[in-house]
This record gives sequence, C-alpha cells and structure tokens, in this order.
Amino acid sequence: MNAILETGAAGFLARYEALLGRLPGDSTLRAAAADAFRTLGLPGATRGRRAEAWKYTTLQPLGGMSFGSSGPPPAIALPNAAARLVFAGGAFRADLSTSVPGFARFADQPEFGELSWPDRDPMVALNTMLAEDGAVLTIPNDRDAGIVFLVHAGIDGTSAHPRHMIRLGRGARLTLMELFEGEGCYVHNPVSEIHVADGAVLTHVRMQTESTAAFHLATIYAAIAEGGTYDSFTLNIGGRITRTEVHTVLDGAGAVAHLNGAQLLTGSQHADFTSVVRHAAPKGTSRQTVKNVLAGQSRGVFQGRIEVARGAQGTDGYQMNRALLLSPDAEIDTKPELEIFADDVKCSHGATVGELDPEQLFYLRSRGIPDSEARAILVRAFLAEALDPVTNDTARGLLEDAVARWWEGQA
Amino acid sequence: MPADSETLDTVRSVTQSGYKWGFETDIEMDVAPKGLSADTIRLISERKQEPSWMLEWRLKAYQAWLAMEEPHWARVEHARIDYQDIHYYAAPKKKPGPKSLDEVDPELLRTYEKLGIPLKERAILAGVEGADQDGYVEGSGQIAVDAVFDSVSVATTFRATLSKVGVIFCPISEAIREYPDLVRQYIGSVVPVADNFFAALNSAVFTDGSFVFIPKGVRCPMELSTYFRMNARNTGQFERTLIIAEAGAHVSYLEGCTAPQRDENQLHAAVVELVAMDDATIKYSTVQNWYPGDAEGRGGIYNFVTKRGACLGARSKISWTQVETGSAITWKYPSCVLLGEDSVGEFYSVAVTNNRQQADTGTKMIHIGKGSRSTIIAKGISAGRSNNTYRGLVKVLPSAAGARNFTQCDSLLIGQECGAHTVPYIESRNRSAKIEHEATTSKIAEDQLFYCRQRGLSEEDAVNLIVNGFCKDVLKELPMEFAVEAQKLLAVSLEGSVG
Repeated sequence: MNAILETGAAGFLARYEALLGRLPGDSTLRAAAADAFRTLGLPGATRGRRAEAWKYTTLQPLGGMSFGSSGPPPAIALPNAAARLVFAGGAFRADLSTSVPGFARFADQPEFGELSWPDRDPMVALNTMLAEDGAVLTIPNDRDAGIVFLVHAGIDGTSAHPRHMIRLGRGARLTLMELFEGEGCYVHNPVSEIHVADGAVLTHVRMQTESTAAFHLATIYAAIAEGGTYDSFTLNIGGRITRTEVHTVLDGAGAVAHLNGAQLLTGSQHADFTSVVRHAAPKGTSRQTVKNVLAGQSRGVFQGRIEVARGAQGTDGYQMNRALLLSPDAEIDTKPELEIFADDVKCSHGATVGELDPEQLFYLRSRGIPDSEARAILVRAFLAEALDPVTNDTARGLLEDAVARWWEGQA
Repeated sequence: MPADSETLDTVRSVTQSGYKWGFETDIEMDVAPKGLSADTIRLISERKQEPSWMLEWRLKAYQAWLAMEEPHWARVEHARIDYQDIHYYAAPKKKPGPKSLDEVDPELLRTYEKLGIPLKERAILAGVEGADQDGYVEGSGQIAVDAVFDSVSVATTFRATLSKVGVIFCPISEAIREYPDLVRQYIGSVVPVADNFFAALNSAVFTDGSFVFIPKGVRCPMELSTYFRMNARNTGQFERTLIIAEAGAHVSYLEGCTAPQRDENQLHAAVVELVAMDDATIKYSTVQNWYPGDAEGRGGIYNFVTKRGACLGARSKISWTQVETGSAITWKYPSCVLLGEDSVGEFYSVAVTNNRQQADTGTKMIHIGKGSRSTIIAKGISAGRSNNTYRGLVKVLPSAAGARNFTQCDSLLIGQECGAHTVPYIESRNRSAKIEHEATTSKIAEDQLFYCRQRGLSEEDAVNLIVNGFCKDVLKELPMEFAVEAQKLLAVSLEGSVG
C-alpha cells in the first residue's frame, strides 16, 4: 500500500489500476468505464460546468476522502428471513446468507447487462469500473419466488460497488426487499439492472437507513415488457449524501411502473431522488408519488421526468411530489419534467411545498389537542400516506417501524 | 380523435399560410456594414448622439459578450448563428427622428396600414398633427403608440396628452439624450449587462426601443403600446425597453411584433426591464407574431429575448401576459424579482407552435420579499412537427416568509408529430412558503367532445369551445384591444374552419 493515499476520483482510479487483471468480467467494458469516469469525475468535486442531472447535488465532500475495500464488518441485525443475501462492504457473505434458488454471485457470473450508461452517468461509470461482486438473480417463467432480502452492510472506511442483475421470466413474481445499513463513513454505490418479462411482477422495496456519515449513491435501470409491472418504493432515512437514480423503460404495451418513495431527513443530510420513466410502447401506465419530510438544515431534492416516445399512444402518466418543511433552515428543490412526443396521452404532474397546514392545526387545537401533539399527528399522517403504495405486509411493517423510529428521534 | 383536421387547418392558417404580415417595404435605409466590433458599437452610439457614459456601458457589455458562450440548454435546435453576418444598424433614411407622423415616410405609414395592428386606428393617427394637439379624447379608449422600424423608433403618438400628467413615453434613444439621469439610474439595473449571452449582445448594440416613466401616484390615462417591425434583410433587431413606475403609479403596456417573410433567419434579441416601486403596478402584454418560417422550417425569426421586472417596492405588482404565435424559435422567460414586501408577480402565457416552430418559454419568479405572491398560468398548444416547452423557476429565498406561488401549466397536442414539454424548477428555502405546481398534457378529450356533440354542437364548434376554454385563463388577462387580435391569431378563434 502506498504511504500517500489518493483522494476523490483519483483514489477510485488508483484502486482500479491496482485491481487490473483481477476484476471479473469484460475488461474492455471496464476500461471504457474508467475512461468515462476519468472524464466525468465526481459531480461537483471537479471544476468545470455542472451537469444538469446533478444540478442540486454535489459530491464535493468525497473529493477529499479516500476509501479502502475491506474492514471489520459492522454489527447489524439481519432480518429473520428464509431467503436472504448479505453483502458486507460489497462482498458476498455466504456465512450470513441463506440458499436462494436462482442466485449466483456476480464474482462468479459477471454480467453488466445492456441498460446502463457508464459513458453518461458518473456513478455508473464508477461502479462499472470497480464492481467486484453482487447478486445475479434469475426467476424462471411463472415462478412465484416470494420475498427475497438483499442486505447491504456498509463498512467504515470502505467503498462498495455492488452490481446486481435481476431477471424475472414471463409471468414470474418476486418481492425484493433491499436493506442498506452500516457504521461510520463509507460509500455504497450499487447499480442494479432489472428485466421484467411479459406479465411478470416485481415488487422492489428499498429501505435505506445508512449511517449518517455515509454516502449512498444508487442507480437502478429497469426494463418492463408487455403487461409487466415494476412496483418500487424507496425510503431514504440515513446517509450524509444520498442519490437514488432510477431509469425505467416501459418497453412493452400495457407495462406498468410505480416509482414511489419517501425521504425523511434531518441535521445536514442531503437526499436526491432522481427518476426517469420512459414510455416507449403504447398503453403504459406510470405512477409516482415521492414525499419529502425535511427537518434541521436538511435538503431534499426531487427530479422526475416522464418521457413519452413517439407512438406510445394511450400512455397514462402521473407524478406527484410533496414536501413538508419542518424547520426554518430546510430546503427543497423540485424539478418534475414532462417530455411528450405523442398526442393521445394523459400525463400530469404536481408538486407542493409547504409547512404544516395552519387550518389543520387549528382544527386539532380547537378539539383540545395540545400544539406539539397536533403537529405530531399531522406529520405522522403525512408519513403514513407516503407509505400507502406499499402493500406487501412484511415490507410495510419494516418501513413503518423505520419511520416510527425516525419520528421518535425528532421528538 | 388524435388530430382534428379542422383544428390543424386553423392552426395552419394562423401560423403559416396566413402570415399576411410577410410583405417587405421598400424604403431607403441607412445601414451599417455587416459585423460586430467595437467600431460598430461606436458607430451606433454616434448615430444616436449618445453621451459618453452610454458608449462606455455598451463597450463594457461587448467585452462581457466576447467572453460568453451562446447558451444551449433550451430545447431548441438551430444552425450556428454567424454574429458577423448581421447588420447591427438599419434605419429609414429620410427622416431618422420625426416628431410627428406627418413627417414620416409615406411608405412607412402604408406599412403600418397594411399591418393593421395596432396602428389600425387611422383616424387617431390622422389626428396627430403636432406635439400639442394629439387628438386624444378623454375616455375614448385610445392607445399611445411608439412604432419601431428595424433599429429606429419612427413615431410616438399622444405624447402631449401623456406629458400633461407627467408620463414620459418616448424612444429610448431620445430618453438617453433627454433624461440621462433616469436612464442611467435604471438601465441594466434589472438585467445587468452580463446577465446572459443575448442580453449582453443587446446591451452592446441595442438601437432603439421604448422608454416609459410614470411619476408618483399617476395612473397612466391610456394604454401605451410599442409596435416592432423588422424590415430590412440581414438585420437583427435589438430593441431595449425600460419602464419605470414610481410609487403608486399604474401603467398598462402593449407590445406587438411582425417581420417580412424570408427564407433566411433573422435574429431578434430584445431586453425589457421593468421597475415597480411601492404600490406601483405594471401590466405588460405581448402579442408576438414574428414570421415563423414556412412549413418546412425555412426562414423565420429567432426570438431570443430577456424580459425581467423588479418589484422593488412594497405591494408592487408586475404582470406579464404573452400570446406567442410567431417566430421560428422562441427563447423567452419574462420574470419577476419580488423584492418588495407583499409584492406580486404574474405570468400568463399562451404559446402556439406549428410546422417546425420551436418555443422554449416560461418564467422565473424569485421570491425575496416577505409575503410576496406569484401566479403562473401557461398554456402550450403544439401542432405539426413543432416543439413547445414550458421552462420555469419558482425560487423562494429564506427571507420570503409567507410567500405563495401557484403554477399551472397545460399542454395540448394536436397531431402525432409534435412535442410538448414541461420543465419546472421549484426551490424553496422558507418553510412558511406555500408552493403548488400542476401540469397536464393531453389531447382534446373524447368525453369532452362527446358531451358537446351530444348537445348538438358540430365537431368543430366543439373543438372551438374546448380550445377556447383551454386558453381562456390567459386571454382574459389581455387588454381588450389585444384580446381581439390574439383570438384571431390563435387557432382557437376557429372561424371558417367548419368543414
């Protein structure tokens, strides 16, 4: 190990150089990704023009940090589940995992897929360059695979770049419950590629309760075939800087995408939820509700775009973003976009920003409820509503517990 | 009903073949050589007999412009603009600074006659004899007009009536000479010289435009109007408008524009600055009907305009209303900086694009003052192979306690080859601010049509009704004189489109 550690983008590139020849999979692709990362850099950490996609989020703090690839694993409570895949610091931990049918390690069966854009998205370039492990999960046609837990444990001082490939065959069903936790200062930079075949249904619930010193930079690409459903929900509670970037393509007629989420932030946390829903085929439906609850000096970002390609007639797209500012120093930045190239469509979006409704407060106060309790009731109602789209009982239960814990922490 | 053919026809008749303003007027012109340099700017400044501070200001803008890059973030595409291939000064030769319409070249008057708007009140214009008898009849709803032909303001009507109440309404070139202190204080105060690429270019080379000053407590007795026409070939039009409303003042200002039909593109880069003090109100209405190019997208005006108003005073109000049917490319974001406590900003817009037109337009509302409020209503109608984008920003700074914004953006698509886009930015740093945004994109709904048809309306009348309803929120904000004009321009009037 060198005595002087390189920091920021240079640090990641040095790690790539050091691992050359030992990384699994297509080395040409990795070299191209490394070139792209060298050019793109860490958004906000290098000089020059900021990319529009990163308008509200900077990774400048990462510029002065360096990360290793191993360390003592954190003590996290693992879910008591029959199907459980655990990754610590990005590496698969067979000792903590259970046997899951259709699962292979990325390290053994490296697949980069075809949906991602390492040449365009810096975080994807970084992942493509450094990915060493991940879950390759294949659900055969018409199989109901129940619920599978995918647990990521962050290790202090490390950066992890897991690469997941999830494939659902025709008519298959899966509930994928992803958990992100950890201790200390680390980077979680997962990239997931998801294929939902004709008539398949993937329920993807992501619960991010990382350490508040951690960086969570996740990118998800999903392609949905005819009559397929990708139903996702992301809860961001932890992390110092969080970026959740979701790209969904409705490739087949009548495909359905739900990209819901909630971000509960406090202190100086920053969380950015960026999503693109592309309607590439007729009669697709997309629904998105993202709620931000912002306390302290936190900053919430929502960027959502609905794209309707030419010929995607009969598209029905809806997007709603709501933010509740609980403190005078919190900030919300919202950019909901519509990009429509077909005429027989119904697309709408809405955004609201505000504090607790004084009229609602008055209503409760007039019924004898003390101010602090009235506020608590209203915030809890706002949060409960945010979780409404999650119908899986196990997932819903976990999310509600996490939200309740967050709210207790605020009191 | 994906693309109603009658509706398409109407849109086409309005935005393309119906461009009856596409004639060229043969007038002897005084034209500066092509190209932009410090010398060009000195020449403009000299022709305008400007004081030296103005020349310095222009040169400063030119230096800033040289260091800037043409912006490309808007959803518009065009061939590279050669800024050295443009005449930056073109003026009717005979009488560069007439004091009354009688002195104006008859060719020019005929041009306005052909244009019909808003100088169509020939009787009023005929009454303009001298500075003192301007024929104004109290309560007659007449409009004072400043007409700008290529680079030069050719006539301003009703100046005497206006001056009686202390209102100054004159070409800005004249204001620079006659009221240098006022101009110097406010020019560039809302849109700084280096604000953006096109504003810097305008600051360097602007040739004329209107200046309006409404003194304290005065309610301007009539609507003020400027009429812009780009006539000469290979010219750009760079007008500059400055409107100042002192405390308690009130003014309604109208702006109309046309250009001849040509194969090449012409550049229009204007800057409009509005300043409103305590309790002042400025209402600024635009009907933009620059030549949009032909069906294949040949020719047409590149309309790259910076419009911004500063609500400096408490309870001041600035209201922008625009009906955009023309131009090959529109790049325009009339904005309000809401500095004053309880100040109000409004933006009402209808943008119609057809054929290969591209419009990227919207607004910025910057909330700084406590209790400031803003309303944004934007309606986009896309037809043919056009692209129509709403791009806007609502920004609430920590100081703007109790700020309020409501935004509604609706897009209507007619045909399968067009595009409608919505790009709103919402940034709030004050929890007591309340912001609501909603946007919809749709075609004319089957059930709406069915409902109307069921009640005995023809399909076209039904479309009429629905599209009219779609734009109503904006059209009702226009002054009467312009509302009529706008309805004609819009596809929504739909007269004679019953097939």
